[in-house]
Amino acid sequence: MIIGTAKESYRADEALLTTQPQRVWMAIFLAALVALPFALNDYWLYLACLVAINVTAATGLNILTGFTGLVSLGHAAFMAVGAYTVAWAETRLGTPFFINLIAGGLVAAAFGILVGLPSLRVKGLYLAIATIAASFILHFCFIHFDGITGGATGINVPPLSIFGIELATYFRLYWVIMPITAVMVLGAANLFRTRIGRAFIAIRDRDISAEVLGIPLLRYKLMSFSIASFYAGMAGGLWAYFFRVVTPESFPLLTSIFLLAAIIVGGMGAIIGGIAGAIFMTLAPELLRFGMEWISPLVPNAGALLSPVRTVVFGALIVGFLIFEPQGLAEIIQRIRRYFRLWPFRT
Amino acid sequence: MPKSTTPSPHLVSAQDTWDAPAGLSVEDVTLRFGGIKALSGVTFSAQPGSITAVIGPNGAGKTSVFNCISGFYRPSSGRIMLDGQDVTRLRPPRRATLGMARSFQNIALFRGMTVLDNIKLGRHGHMKTNLLQAFFYAGPAAREEEALRREVEERIIDFLEIDHIRNMPVSVLSYGLQKRVELARALAMRPRILLLDEPVAGMNREETEDMARFILDVKEEWGVTILMVEHDMGLVMDISDHVTVLNFGQVIASGKPAEVQADPQVAAAYLGSGDPAALMKRLAAEGAT
Ligand SMILES: Nc1ncnc2c1ncn2[C@@H]1O[C@H](COP(=O)(O)OP(=O)(O)OP(=O)(O)O)[C@@H](O)[C@H]1O
Ligand SMILES: [Mg+2]
Repeated sequence: MIIGTAKESYRADEALLTTQPQRVWMAIFLAALVALPFALNDYWLYLACLVAINVTAATGLNILTGFTGLVSLGHAAFMAVGAYTVAWAETRLGTPFFINLIAGGLVAAAFGILVGLPSLRVKGLYLAIATIAASFILHFCFIHFDGITGGATGINVPPLSIFGIELATYFRLYWVIMPITAVMVLGAANLFRTRIGRAFIAIRDRDISAEVLGIPLLRYKLMSFSIASFYAGMAGGLWAYFFRVVTPESFPLLTSIFLLAAIIVGGMGAIIGGIAGAIFMTLAPELLRFGMEWISPLVPNAGALLSPVRTVVFGALIVGFLIFEPQGLAEIIQRIRRYFRLWPFRT
Repeated sequence: MPKSTTPSPHLVSAQDTWDAPAGLSVEDVTLRFGGIKALSGVTFSAQPGSITAVIGPNGAGKTSVFNCISGFYRPSSGRIMLDGQDVTRLRPPRRATLGMARSFQNIALFRGMTVLDNIKLGRHGHMKTNLLQAFFYAGPAAREEEALRREVEERIIDFLEIDHIRNMPVSVLSYGLQKRVELARALAMRPRILLLDEPVAGMNREETEDMARFILDVKEEWGVTILMVEHDMGLVMDISDHVTVLNFGQVIASGKPAEVQADPQVAAAYLGSGDPAALMKRLAAEGAT
């Protein structure tokens, strides 16, 4: 590359995508995202939207757990807070979609700060337990504060509408959910180009020396919690518009575990890890189901036999990742990238 | 990256934009761990713009003094004064923003990060990018990162001669280079006083000489006060303006390198109950190299 002035060269060095092939691949990927809804049927569009929502949630958890090193098993509870906020605002206030969604994120972020308070003192498993406890408390609140949450039956959410246009089909929802997901992911990537993201990684790697560098631990741990919860809240808000009903059982503990598994499988501490993990965790069971359907004519009594096999295979895949690819899908993607290096744009 | 052979700009501009060196005084500091007194009534000072060495046998309490100064340990009594301001009760990040930087005896770099990112982290406390700007990498965030990159590249990486490793993860570097990166990170903090805990421990002769040159340059060209703990007597005698000797948590001698060298108590502390004259001869020999 020919470098003009020094000024330009530093700017280029700090860019998100530093090589031409990277930029071209990204353009192809974005074009594919735009083309996708025209190629997919309703069922796959439904899955695409679900993947996008999970990508947002997993990216948030990755910021907290993967990049800052704070384990949380309460992520689903923050999704619930976002979903309830959106449902409540939509039904009671009738405020516009985007305001509701941001409010969902902000309210979840506020809860995240509260739940994150113990993180200065406790780490690892203890923090995980503290976050589980917090999510049980929230679950209790969802059931019993029925004036706001609608109790056990929850809240029905009217279809999403923007500027009077009702977006009730998956095709239309895709055009809202996917761009928001893209912005959230880009935001997360940007975060780690600045001092804030670096501070998170510093805290994860060595919190003592982070302090000497002028990074106040509590403030940054709480910031990480609030960002992660904001992402969860946004994802929960989209979820509410997508499924159109929010109940206390919408976001069980299993969802938190699902998201944690997603970032582990995808690759903790890599933005692409949250994306790949969420895609894998959402789509793998579906793909396995298709696989099973395909071989079912060959197996007698297939229905009863194959459904548990699917679960077992899915579980085995996750365990396989933990053993053989501890760095997750992100590492595999890295290796493929290294292999092709600048292919096919330069040799 | 183009590499210029002309003198780096920091030579001319370091003094105008960086803050003046800070003075530090440790006043009657006592530190207890349970029943053990790691430090008792330690008093010494580092004059602005000088190099002060803290020496003493293993377990004398040198690292403990550093930990009190940088805020990891809270002294049981006594005060730490930075440029006349009492910082004894301040948390480490606050002391960092007041211009205090340090390196650790057992290197404390972020092993998974690249050299460049490690160094950039040093600048953290002086940067202003907030969350919203970071999320959108909006104007101020981008400008700040660009300015930081320029400063790190042109002032620090060039100065410490670590151009060739800037994109490597620190975990693959040799011990000597890691020490150098830690110095780089501390310099990125634009310190007014720099605390170095055994900067040349485990280095070979050549690396030690390089480091000595860097430390002197930091003092002279960057205008930074330096306080260092070091076992390498040759280095101590060569570059320090003032030496304080600790033994069993107490200051047993303080003064110019030559004075301290001639102090029989110091020799005795190093040798235990040996022959002070013999040791002094050895110290003198090392000091001469
Ligand atoms: N966190 C701690 N808890 C208990 N005792 C400690 C602690 N830190 C230091 N000490 C004790 O204080 C004394 C001084 O230790 P320190 O590490 O300051 O020595 P040092 O002069 O740096 O030695 P070295 O040259 O080996 O680095 C030692 O007896 C040590 O055991
Ligand atoms: Mg020590």
